[in-house]
Amino acid sequence: MTCLHLLLTLVFAVSLGTPVEIQRPRGVPLTKKQFYEESKPFTCLDGSRTIPFDRVNDDYCDCKDGSDEPGTAACPNGSFHCTNAGYRPMFIPSSRINDGICDCCDTTDEYNSGAKCENTCKELGRKEREVLQKMAEITKEGFLLKQQLIEEAKKGQQEKQSKVTDMQENKKQLDEKVEALRTVKETAEQPEKEAKERHLKAWEEQKAAIRLEKDKAKMAETFLELDDNADGFVSVSELQSHAELDPDADGTLTEIEAQGLMGGAEQVDTSTFESVWPKIKDKYHSESQAEEPAPVETPPDEVKEPVVDNDSEPYPEDDISEEEDEDDEDEDDYHEDDDKAQPTIKTPEKTHEDEEAMPPYDADTQALIDAAQKARDDFEEAEKALREMDDQIRNIEKELSFDFGPDAEFTYLYSQCYELTTSEYIYRLCPFNRVSQKPKYGGSETNLGTWGSWSGPENNKYLLMKYEQGTGCWQGPNRSTTVKLTCGKETVVTSTSEPSRCEYLMEFTTPAVCQEPANIDPSPHDHVEL
Amino acid sequence: MSAMFEGNALSAMQTSHCHTSLNNYRMGLLSVVCVSLFFSSTFAVDRGNFKTCDQSAFCKRQRALKPGQSPYRALLETLELSDSRLTLQLINDNNKVHLLLELYRLQGNMTRVKINELKPLKPRFEVPDVLIAEPPTEPLSVLSKDDNGVVLSLGAENQRLIVSARPFRLDIMEGPEVLLSLNSRGLLAFEHLRLHKDTQAQADGAEVKESVDGDQQQDEGKKDEDGESEKEEDGLWEETFKSHTDTKPNGPTSISLDFSLPGVEHVYGIPEHADDLKLKTTDGGDPYRLYNLDVFQYELYNPMALYGSIPVMLAHNTQRTMGIFWLNAAETWVDISSNTAGKTVFGKMLDFVQGSSEKPQTDVRWISESGIIDVFIMLGPKPSKVFSQYASLTGTQSFPPLASLGYHQCRWNYNDQEDVKSVDQGFDQHDIPYDFIWLDIEHADGKRYFTWDPHKFPQPKEMLQGLMDKRRKMVSIVDPHIRVDSGYKIHNEITSKDFYVKNKDGKNYEGWCWPGNSGYPDFTKPEMRAWWASMFAYDQYEGSMENLFTWNDMNEPSVFNGPEVTMHKDALHGKWEHRDIHNIYGLYVQMATAEGQIQRSGGVERPFVLTRAFFAGSQRYGAVWTGDNAAEWDHLKISIPMCLSLGLVGVSFCGADVGGFFKNPSTELLVRWYQTGAYQPFFRAHAHLDTTRREPWLFGPENTALIREVIRQRYALLPYWYQLFYQAHKTGMPVMRPLWVDYPKDTATFTIDDEFLIGSDLLVHPVTEEGSRGVTAYLPGAEEVWYDVHTFQKHNGAQNLYIPVTLSSIPVFQRGGSIIPRKDRVRRSSTCMENDPYTLYVALSPKKFAEGELYIDDGHSFNYDTKKEFIHRSLTFANNALTSSNLCPDCNFLTSSWIEKVLILGASKPSKVLLKMDGKETPVDFEFDTSMSVLTLRKPGMNAGADWTLLLQ
Repeated sequence: MTCLHLLLTLVFAVSLGTPVEIQRPRGVPLTKKQFYEESKPFTCLDGSRTIPFDRVNDDYCDCKDGSDEPGTAACPNGSFHCTNAGYRPMFIPSSRINDGICDCCDTTDEYNSGAKCENTCKELGRKEREVLQKMAEITKEGFLLKQQLIEEAKKGQQEKQSKVTDMQENKKQLDEKVEALRTVKETAEQPEKEAKERHLKAWEEQKAAIRLEKDKAKMAETFLELDDNADGFVSVSELQSHAELDPDADGTLTEIEAQGLMGGAEQVDTSTFESVWPKIKDKYHSESQAEEPAPVETPPDEVKEPVVDNDSEPYPEDDISEEEDEDDEDEDDYHEDDDKAQPTIKTPEKTHEDEEAMPPYDADTQALIDAAQKARDDFEEAEKALREMDDQIRNIEKELSFDFGPDAEFTYLYSQCYELTTSEYIYRLCPFNRVSQKPKYGGSETNLGTWGSWSGPENNKYLLMKYEQGTGCWQGPNRSTTVKLTCGKETVVTSTSEPSRCEYLMEFTTPAVCQEPANIDPSPHDHVEL
Repeated sequence: MSAMFEGNALSAMQTSHCHTSLNNYRMGLLSVVCVSLFFSSTFAVDRGNFKTCDQSAFCKRQRALKPGQSPYRALLETLELSDSRLTLQLINDNNKVHLLLELYRLQGNMTRVKINELKPLKPRFEVPDVLIAEPPTEPLSVLSKDDNGVVLSLGAENQRLIVSARPFRLDIMEGPEVLLSLNSRGLLAFEHLRLHKDTQAQADGAEVKESVDGDQQQDEGKKDEDGESEKEEDGLWEETFKSHTDTKPNGPTSISLDFSLPGVEHVYGIPEHADDLKLKTTDGGDPYRLYNLDVFQYELYNPMALYGSIPVMLAHNTQRTMGIFWLNAAETWVDISSNTAGKTVFGKMLDFVQGSSEKPQTDVRWISESGIIDVFIMLGPKPSKVFSQYASLTGTQSFPPLASLGYHQCRWNYNDQEDVKSVDQGFDQHDIPYDFIWLDIEHADGKRYFTWDPHKFPQPKEMLQGLMDKRRKMVSIVDPHIRVDSGYKIHNEITSKDFYVKNKDGKNYEGWCWPGNSGYPDFTKPEMRAWWASMFAYDQYEGSMENLFTWNDMNEPSVFNGPEVTMHKDALHGKWEHRDIHNIYGLYVQMATAEGQIQRSGGVERPFVLTRAFFAGSQRYGAVWTGDNAAEWDHLKISIPMCLSLGLVGVSFCGADVGGFFKNPSTELLVRWYQTGAYQPFFRAHAHLDTTRREPWLFGPENTALIREVIRQRYALLPYWYQLFYQAHKTGMPVMRPLWVDYPKDTATFTIDDEFLIGSDLLVHPVTEEGSRGVTAYLPGAEEVWYDVHTFQKHNGAQNLYIPVTLSSIPVFQRGGSIIPRKDRVRRSSTCMENDPYTLYVALSPKKFAEGELYIDDGHSFNYDTKKEFIHRSLTFANNALTSSNLCPDCNFLTSSWIEKVLILGASKPSKVLLKMDGKETPVDFEFDTSMSVLTLRKPGMNAGADWTLLLQ
C-alpha cells in the first residue's frame, strides 16, 4: 500500500542484446510507454476517466480496464509486462504479481512478496534457441522429405489415374470377351446336356437289368445255402436256423413265424422261394459272409494329416489381422479333414456302390462334354479376370477418393500401419483405416475407432485425425481416437493416452505436416511485444 | 468417487473387452468377471439390494407393534435420586423383565434419558467416543410424588419432568405446555437378552413375542398366525437376506421408544437421506433408515439409507426449537407421523391442556437393532441454543485449513503425473483459481493405499513439489479396505498386530472391494487407530509431503460381496458385533486419519480429511460429501436439502460432487452446478471414470468465463466463509443454514429448501432448473432489507421476489445490517491471497446500522488455538461511523493485510470522510453512486488488525 510500487526504472533489451535503461512505470510494455507520462494526469486506456498520475501503480484500482495499475495486483483484470531480457517478454495477469510464485524469468513480478526468484531468462533463452534450432532443423529436413512425398504422391496418383484409365479400357474389352464367351458356353452346353441325358437314360435301364440279375443270383445262392439237406426244398426248420429273420425281433424265429414267412407252407421249392425271397432278403445274413472283418478304423496317417498340415503352416507371428482370412481357411481345412476321417467306416459300402459306376461316355458325348467344359472354363476365367479388374479399379478409386492433404502429402500413409508398444498395450495406427489396441500379453484386440475425418482447426484441418465408432464402452460412448500430427523427420507414433474414458489421444510425427521453414532467425528479439 | 458398481473398473483391469455389471459385484462374483454379459445398465439404484423395514426382522417386529397401552410400569419405590441422576426401575408386566431408567438433567437445558436392562445376561453396547466428555449434570429435585408418579424440577423457566408410573411415560413441561412426551404412545419396547431357545423352554419364545408386542393389539390378525410366529422365530435367532445369513448369536436385542411433540409440525435432520429438508411422515411407507451403506446410483426423494447416519432430529415451531439425539450406532429406523391422536391421561397438572383445542402434533418413533436407549433431549428454545447444546455433547465442526474452503478439482482419475501437471497448468492458462487437485483409487499401486503406481506416479514428491511451488495442494485417497497381499506392508503389519475385524468364527474377516480380496482394520480399537495414524508420518507414507491430504471413501464400510454391500452384522470387533457398531465405523476411520495428519506435523498443522460415511461427532474430523450423485438436475437440487440437513446436526463442511459423479452433465447443468457449489461449504468438482473430461475450460470460452467468474466469487468471499467456520467451530452454528434458523417465527421459511443462508448475512437462491429464465426467491424478515450482491439493488424483506436470470446469474443477497469482508484480488490459490487487502461490504439496515466480524489467522496451523495467534475484530457501523474494535484483546497475530476499500450500500452522500486512527484524523477520498446509493471509500489503508474509525460527515 505504500508507494514503493512506483518504481520507474526498468531494464529493457534492445536488439543486439545491449541493455538500455528506459524509464516507465512498472509493468508497462515499451509500446505503451507514451500513455504513462509522469508530468501529466493519467487517462485510463479505455478513456473512462482521468486520474492524477500519482494514482498510477498506487495499489488501488481506479480504472475499470485496470490500466492504472500495470505494476500492482490491485485490478482484477490488469496485466503486467515483464521484459525478460534474454528470453521472450510476456504479459501475466496482474493477480500473479507478488503472489509468491516466480512467473517472469527476470523476477520482476515478485518485487514485494518475499519469494526468492532467480533470473533464469538467459538460461531459458539459451534452451529455447536450442529447441528452436533443433525444431528448425527438423522442419527443414522434414519439409524436404515432404516435398519428396508430394512428388511421389503426385507421381503415384498420376500412375494410378492412368492405370485406372487403362484398366477401364481393358475392362471394357474384358466385358465384351465375357459376353462372347458366355454365348460360346451356352451354345456348347445345349448339345452336351442332351447327349448326357441320353447316356444317363441308357445307363439307368441297363442298371435295372443288372440289379434284377444280381437279385436272382443271390436268391438262388441263398436257396442253396438254406437247403441244408440239399433236397431241393427249403423247410421251416432250415429257415429257422436264421434267427436274424425273426419278424418280431424277439431274438428267436419260431416255427409259426417261419411258416408265416414261407406263406404258410411247410417247405418251398426254388420257384415258390421266389415269393419268400422278397420277405427275407433285407435281413438275411449270408453264411459265407458271416465272418466278414469289422470295418477298418480310420487309417492312422489320415488322422495325423491335419496336425501335420497345421504344423507345416504355422500361424504367422505378425500381421494377424491381414492374414486372418487365411487362418480361417486353415481352420476350415482342419475341420473338413476331421469330418472326412469319421465316415471311413462306410467306405466298403461306398465302394460296393461304386462298382455300379456309370460306364464312360461314348466318344461322341465325351467330345461334346469336353467342348462344353472348355467353353465353361474359358468363360469363368474371363469372368474372374473381370471381377479382379473391377476390384482393382474400385480399390484404386477408393484410394484416390481419400483426402490426402492439399498436396496429397499424406498419400504414403495409406495402407501402412504404425505401432507403439507401452507397458500394457500395443497400439496400432493404420492411417485412413483404423486404430486399435491389443494387450501385450494376450487378449483380443480392441477397435479404438475407424477413420472418420480430418478434424484440425479451421486454418489447418490436417493437424488432427479423428477415428470414430470403435468398440463400445460400458455405460459410455463408442471408443474414439484423435491423432495429433506434428512435424518430424520420421513417421512414428510417439505417444498414446486416454485423457478421457474411451477417448484416446495419439501423437504422431510425420514429415507431411512440416511447414516450409520461414526464413526467420530464431532469436528472441524478433518476438516483439504487442 | 466410487460407489459400487463398476464391474467396469476392475474388470477393465483384468480384461479389456468384458464388462462386469454391478450385480455381479454385489453377488461377489468378482472371480468370474468374464462370465457375465451386459446386464441392463438402467440408471437407478437396485432397490432389491437393500432391505425394506419388512425385510429387516427387528424393524418388522417392532413396527408390527401398534400404539396403545404400554406394558411398562415404573416401580416408584425403586426411585433413587442423587445430585446428578435419578434412577428408577421399570417392569414389563408381560414378561416381568426389569429395566433400569436413568434420568439426568444436563447443563445447558438438556435432559438425558437412559434405559437399559436392569440385569442383562451380558453387557449391552453403549456407544463410546461420540460424546466429547461425560456431559456435566445439574441437580434434579423432586417437587412432588404420589402413587401415580413423580414431578421433578428441571430448574430454569418452570420446567418440569413428570414421571408417570402406570403405564410408564415421561413428559417434559414448561409452564402449562407439554414440550415433549416419551412413551406416550406406549411404543417403548426392549428386547432383553436371553438364552437361545434350544437351551430355554418354549415359553420363552412366547415371551419374546410378548416382549416385542407387549401383548397389545394383535393387528397381524388371524391369518397365518402360526406361520407368522414361526417366521418371527426365524428372524429372532437367524435372518437371511438374499444369499446372506446373519447368525445372530445373541438373538433379538432391538429397542424402541416413541416421542410425541405437541404443537410441532416441522421436524428436520436424521441425515443422510436424499430427501427434502422437512422430514415427511412415514405412514404407509418405510421409516427413514439410518444404516451406513454404499448405495450405487441412489434415488432421490425416499427414506432409504445412504452413506452416513446422524441420529439427531430437530423439531421446530414458531415458539421453540428442540432436538432429540438418539445415541445408538446400530441399524436404526425412524418413523414419523403427524396427527393429534395419542392423547392420554397424565395427571392433574395436565388436565387443562387436554381441554385445549386440537393441536398439531408430530409423533416420532426410533427403533434400533441393538444397544441401549440413550437419548439426549435438547430443549433449545432458540435454534442457536439447540446447536450449542448438541455441540456441547458431540463437539463442533473442526476448523478447516483456509485452503480447503477454496475450490477442489477432482476426477476418477487423473491418469498420471503428466495429467496432473497439465490440469494444473490448465487452471493457470485459463486464469481460474484452485487449491486442491485430487487423486482417486487409480493412483495407488494395485489399490494398495499409501503407495503410488510406479508407472503413473513414479515421482510423487516431484509432483507435490510442483504443486507446492504454485502454493497448491493435493488429496490422495486412502480407503479402509486393505488388499490381502503378503507383499503389502500395511496388510502385513495389520495382520501381525492382529488388527483386522474378525468374522463370526474368529478368523480375519475378508470381503471384496476395489483391490479384490480385502481385510478391514478394526478402527474401533484405539491401538489400531493409533497405528493407522502413525502410517501418515512422512517416513511411513512414502512420497507424501505436507501439502498432501486425505480422502476416506468406502468407509461405511463398503463390502461388494457383503449383505447390502456392507459388512456382515455378525462380524466381530473385539467382543462387540458389527451389528452394534456399524454406523460409527466410518467416523473412526476419519478420526484416525485426521489424527495421523495432525501427528505428522508434530501437532502443529490442521488436518483436512474428507469422508463419505459419518456419524454423530464426525464433524470434529473434517468434511463430508454426499457421495456418488449423478449429473442430473434433480441431483443438483437435492444437494441443497442434503447439506442443510447435515448442517442442522453439526456437519457444516458439506458439499456435493459438482457436475454430478455419474453420467455427463450438459454444459448448462455444469455451469449451474458450479454456481451452486461455489456457494456451498465444500466445493469440489468430481466425475466418474467413464465420463468425458470436464475441466472448467472444456466447454468453450463463454462457459469457461462463467465458471471462472463464479469460482472467483467464491475466492473473494473466502474471508467470510473462514470466519463462519471459525464461528461454527466455536459455537456449533451451521455455516450453511435453512432460512428458519435465522427467522424462526416466519412460518413461510419452514419448508424452504431451494434457497439457503450462508451465515446470517448471505442468502443464496441457486438456479436449479434447466432453461430457467427466472427464479422466485423468498426474502425473509419484515424488518429486513436485502441487497443484490451483484447490482447492489435493495429489496425489502418478507416478500417473494421474482428474479429474471440468464446463464450468468446466481442470485445472492446480502442482508441489510451486515458487514462482509472480502478479498477482491482473486489469485491462483487461496494461499497466494494470504496478504492481500480486504474490501468491506457494509450493507446498511433501514436504521442505518450494520455489523460484522473479521477473523484472520495463519490459515493452516493450530496456533490460533494453542497460542492465540489470531485477529478477531468486530466491525460496527452506527451513527455514521464505521468502527473496528478488538474482540480478542489478548490475542496476538500480525497481518500485512489492510483495508483497501469500503463499500457502504444504502448510504447517503457524506460531505467528508475522516479516518480516525492512532489519535489522528486523515481525510479519505470517496465516491458516491446515487443510482444505487453506494458510497465507496477509496483506499483508507489501515491495517486489518488495527483499531480505527471511519467517520462520515
